[in-house]
Amino acid sequence: MGGRHSEVTVSMSPTSASKREVWSWINGWNIGAVIISAIVILPIATVIFIGLTPNDDIWSHLASTVLPLYIATTLQLMIGVGLGTLVIGVGTAWLVSMCRFPGKRIFEWALLLPLAVPAYVIAYVYTDILEFAGPIQSLLRETFGWTSKKAYWFPEIRSLGGAISMMTLVLYPYVYLLSRAAFMEQSVCVLEASRVLGRSPLRSFFSVALPLARPAIVIGISLVLMETLNDFGTVDFFAVSTFTLGIYDVWLNMNNVAGAAQLATALLAFVMFLVLVERFARHKQRFHNMTAKYTDLPRYELQGSKRYLATICCAFPVVFGFIIPAGVLTGFAVLHFESAANADVFRFAGNSVILSGLAAIFAVAIGTFMAYAVRLGRGRLLGALVRFASMGYAVPGSVLAVGVLVSLGALDNGIDGFMRKNIGISTGLLFSGTIVAVTFGYLVRFLALAFGTVEASLGKITPSMDGAARSLGHNPLSTLRRIHLPLIRGSVLAAAILVFVDSMKELPMTVILRPFNFQTLATYVHQFASDEQLGEASFAALAIVCFGILPVIILSFAITRSRPGFPIEVKVP
Amino acid sequence: MKKLIFKLILGTLFAGTASVVSAAEVNLYSERQPFLIDPLLEAFTKATKIKVNMVYIQKGMLERLKSEGINSPADLALTSDIGNLQNLVEAGVIRPTNSKVLEKNIPAQFRHPEGLWYGLTKRARVIYAHKKRVMLAEITSYADLANPKFKGRVCSRSGKHAYNVSLLAWIIASQGEAAAITWAKGVKANLARRPQGNDRAQVKAVFQGECDITLGNTYYMGLMQTDEENPEQKDWAASVNIIFPNQSGSGTHVNISGVAATKGGKNPKNAIRLIEFLSQDTAQKLYAEGNFEYPIKAGVVVHPVVASWGTFKADSVFIAKIAEHRTRATRIMDEVGYNN
Repeated sequence: MGGRHSEVTVSMSPTSASKREVWSWINGWNIGAVIISAIVILPIATVIFIGLTPNDDIWSHLASTVLPLYIATTLQLMIGVGLGTLVIGVGTAWLVSMCRFPGKRIFEWALLLPLAVPAYVIAYVYTDILEFAGPIQSLLRETFGWTSKKAYWFPEIRSLGGAISMMTLVLYPYVYLLSRAAFMEQSVCVLEASRVLGRSPLRSFFSVALPLARPAIVIGISLVLMETLNDFGTVDFFAVSTFTLGIYDVWLNMNNVAGAAQLATALLAFVMFLVLVERFARHKQRFHNMTAKYTDLPRYELQGSKRYLATICCAFPVVFGFIIPAGVLTGFAVLHFESAANADVFRFAGNSVILSGLAAIFAVAIGTFMAYAVRLGRGRLLGALVRFASMGYAVPGSVLAVGVLVSLGALDNGIDGFMRKNIGISTGLLFSGTIVAVTFGYLVRFLALAFGTVEASLGKITPSMDGAARSLGHNPLSTLRRIHLPLIRGSVLAAAILVFVDSMKELPMTVILRPFNFQTLATYVHQFASDEQLGEASFAALAIVCFGILPVIILSFAITRSRPGFPIEVKVP
Repeated sequence: MKKLIFKLILGTLFAGTASVVSAAEVNLYSERQPFLIDPLLEAFTKATKIKVNMVYIQKGMLERLKSEGINSPADLALTSDIGNLQNLVEAGVIRPTNSKVLEKNIPAQFRHPEGLWYGLTKRARVIYAHKKRVMLAEITSYADLANPKFKGRVCSRSGKHAYNVSLLAWIIASQGEAAAITWAKGVKANLARRPQGNDRAQVKAVFQGECDITLGNTYYMGLMQTDEENPEQKDWAASVNIIFPNQSGSGTHVNISGVAATKGGKNPKNAIRLIEFLSQDTAQKLYAEGNFEYPIKAGVVVHPVVASWGTFKADSVFIAKIAEHRTRATRIMDEVGYNN
């Protein structure tokens, strides 16, 4: 560690006049990261604090009644969605990155499309199609002359299995996105070595590529699991008794916000435990690429029936996760065009895009800053702090929104009280009920997406690169700008788009934190969808999907081009 | 282009703050969907020139009012259930309103004795039974829902939904806790499927033959009977009878949607004007026409569709008594495993 300091000092000394400046610069990253972490942690800490306020004990009641069910259901949901997204996400990522088969170029981006469909929307759509009263079961009954539900068996969509399927279909793109980026960023040398040593393509995948991509896959899966844990819309609609549904029940039906905060804290502790277990299991493993040899990836030319099998495997999630729901929504939108399409929808779309854009910019800037600060600092404490700051993703949206509300309310009223007392003017609410509050909420909630994606990508760059740049006289900022950012720009863009698309879909925080007379597409869809009026909501729901698609496609092309050594992007300094 | 984007962003950022300054206005936090109450608010603005600003907050309104404290810009809180009105009062974010107009328009049973909240509309929780598969005489009370002869024939919304919680709380208030537990257990045992969907979806399930009997709020019937957008809903509605339960006993359970004036409000006079407006004939009629609710004000003509369901005896328990038992009711739902 000491060596690193002297290295920096040497690199800075030719330009800077005093050592003091150097010191403040070195600490700038750390101090900045600590301050930002503290601000972002505030709402999460507030939730924990609310749990400590006096309240009726809910634990004994829950433990003796529904808690075991909540826990069992939640674990099953996590395992189901985790395995589903792992298989689909990694499998398709490997196929499109490493193999040649019909439709590969299309699937590269099409596999990301379900990302644009909110889970609650896909749940509504499939319920409409698959429930007892839906077209499929009705057709079956007509065809076979069945009259009642008892006459035949059909999978119940409003069930745990249904929830697992719906969430898997819209969440697997996280795993696909991150593992594909990881496969693209892998040095070809290790794969060649594996093949030269006699491993088959499949075994090379399992013994080399997969372990190397592990950090990225783990981040993808953990994003999926956090999203699964904090989902309310889908599990509420399907009446699947998860832990999060329990949190809402205690909060709203038992009117016990402190009890709900305790449950949310327990959920948070559980997630942190999982993260720690994974980190421990990965103990001391490093995943840097030690060579700079990035020729074209070897593409396995699939033969015979395998070609079409690959096509079918890739088509499956796209068809069920995107084409069918988007098609049904389009049908509804046409049918209800007069009531569903109005000028307001475009205004709301503008609000959604601006908010999501702001959230994406802030989250990525801050996420990159923090990931880099952690890389520079290497201190365990800073790493732990920053990781805790990105835990907002695991807290159910409305509960986290209450954390934001309460902390901003305290800040506003504190400033107001101070100003009244000392200057005699009232400043009122400065942040509460403004777009600033909503944007801050998004940041707190989605920082994990930005931080995780960037951190995974940075981890693959060998520290000797940093060393080389620094010994050539570049300070950390310049090194980040000239070395790291060009290498990780694919992941940075991926992070920005993940945050953007997730913000477009975001509902619970927007609802609670927004200003007067302010709607986004998601809140507009929600007011109808909460009453199961999918027709009226269809146009806006389709708009969410459409605005989500565009950046998703841009992202996909960017990833293809982001591969280090990709010919067009080679820059001669 | 850059300037335009900048202006757009600034415009959005300060969209909330800018509107709070103009003179004649009133600020509303609402649990009721904008598409339901916008027509009422437009009528108010047209009549009084007072602008209404609104945020639709379905979950978390109470926490927002609490954290904003005395600086909260909200003048009024509009809720869809008595329980939430009572929660607002208990949290101390409400101030009393006194108005002769409100006392005249709203029966004492449906307003707080000290003017802390006012009911605006009534909805009865009724039984919907299939016209052919269930005889009218077979089911006349809520208690019948728990009768073992209906095993596997009852559909229900989530037991934790505010409407079902209020119904169970009402049973606790009128018949005691033991009776409420027995009833909830009995209904649970009769369910044809796990509780799911909204009130409309229950009638749909009866229409489709998944079950024969269900519970629902009255206005859903009106919405389905007149739904030109989704004409299939007319068929659902046509397949069931509306049964007003407990007519030979205490009467049918009635819930309210209501309004309360918040402590931080900066436009108290406009706030009272809006509540009064909502309690007058014009607005009461709009409520009845737009959402098929029962007017709270006596003498207002109900919608012909609503009138076609007939008149009924409503239970006369003071509505706030029900709210007191809501937490207990929620826990009973857990204890009997209603949603499991």
